[in-house]
Amino acid sequence: MKDKTLSVSAIKEGTVIDHIPAEQLFVVISILKLHTLETQITFGTNLQSRKLGKKAIIKIEGKFFDPVEINRIALVAPQAKLNIIHDYTVTEKRVVEVPDTIVGIARCMNPKCITNHEQVTTRFHVIDKKKVELKCHYCEKITDRKHLEII
Amino acid sequence: MKNKSLVSINDYSKEDYLEILNLAEEFEKNPVQDILRGYVIATLFFEPSTRTRLSFESAVNKLGGRIIGFTDAGTSSVQKGESLKDTILTVANYSDLIVMRHPIEGSARFASEISPVPIVNAGDGANQHPTQCLLDLYSIRKTQGKLENLNIAMVGDLKYGRTVHSLLMAMSEFNPTFNFISPEELKMPDSYKHILKEKGIKYYEHTNLGDALPYADIIYMTRVQKERFSDPIEYEKVKNAYILRNSMLENTKENMRVLHPLPRVNEINIDVDTNPKAYYFEQALNGVYTRQAIITKILGIK
Repeated sequence: MKDKTLSVSAIKEGTVIDHIPAEQLFVVISILKLHTLETQITFGTNLQSRKLGKKAIIKIEGKFFDPVEINRIALVAPQAKLNIIHDYTVTEKRVVEVPDTIVGIARCMNPKCITNHEQVTTRFHVIDKKKVELKCHYCEKITDRKHLEII
Repeated sequence: MKNKSLVSINDYSKEDYLEILNLAEEFEKNPVQDILRGYVIATLFFEPSTRTRLSFESAVNKLGGRIIGFTDAGTSSVQKGESLKDTILTVANYSDLIVMRHPIEGSARFASEISPVPIVNAGDGANQHPTQCLLDLYSIRKTQGKLENLNIAMVGDLKYGRTVHSLLMAMSEFNPTFNFISPEELKMPDSYKHILKEKGIKYYEHTNLGDALPYADIIYMTRVQKERFSDPIEYEKVKNAYILRNSMLENTKENMRVLHPLPRVNEINIDVDTNPKAYYFEQALNGVYTRQAIITKILGIK
């Protein structure tokens, strides 16, 4: 399916991440550390989407993600879809899944949590994947979607 | 349990609780032994405490061990800005086990992950206080002869009270019935009620202190904690809400006992103290035996 308003060259070998909420584009780029890659990356944002209203899309040449890597964006882009491209063709489609444990991505919303006082990497156990409820491994308080802040 | 830190009551299984309680019973019969000779236990209290600290220290001293530490962060290099991590790593050099109380939640869990010696959490902010929970279980079992099928009334600050939350979790292994008595603002949080529902455990909520007392085997009183309130006016509104008086104990069961983790402010009137059902001071004494059990289990001595 080609979007007529987006004219970007197709990639030969790599990954396309589609259905990112537009406002999360740069958060996704940050989480996946795409700014450290040396290969060609194209992205578009504020594209029309029936599902999301406004979506963003990222095309990354020469990079493939393993599930652990890519699932890190599930918190902010739960409906993201991956197209794996080989030789200009989509060889595989994948979805992201919220993992059971989230390390180092989200902030604990409890101001009295040790992670907000000392240099401690945050760690959460996901207790509700649909509602995105994260239980802090340290202070045991729950950070919900409303208060979710990506660091 | 050997060499493992005790940070949260959830770290231990039902079988672990019972092992500790049984060992505590042995220590109650014989609290003075020389089995901790040569051991150094560090007590790091970054926050005030009377009972917890002194009962740990008594527990260790009676078993021939030695205590080092501080009772106030102001007398340590924390004053100079030293991090918790550095403090723990330093003290671990000098001791075989660290007992710590700290105002920041998650501090004990973090300490247990970086410390080469086991950590016993003596209270991390509003989060966990597992040794209190164990001594509460011990007190309940001792006075009721069992832990199963009891009617437990919890009164006061059920929203912020870490002791009631931990006791709820631990007792839920033993098929209790709970009566929660608190002001509207301090009700037991939904997350805990949800857990009880999932386990099929009955609970009832009341705002009137007199309501559930006649059915109770245990009345667990709690202090409405000023330090947990961000709004002092809110605190003033509820602090006198639930005061237990001797006259209220008239129609209670013969085996019923009144427990309180202490310190109390005014929620148990002093006219209750002479009632034989008042158990809160003996409860504090049970802390010594329970902590002896915990320490010796973790150090692998028992």
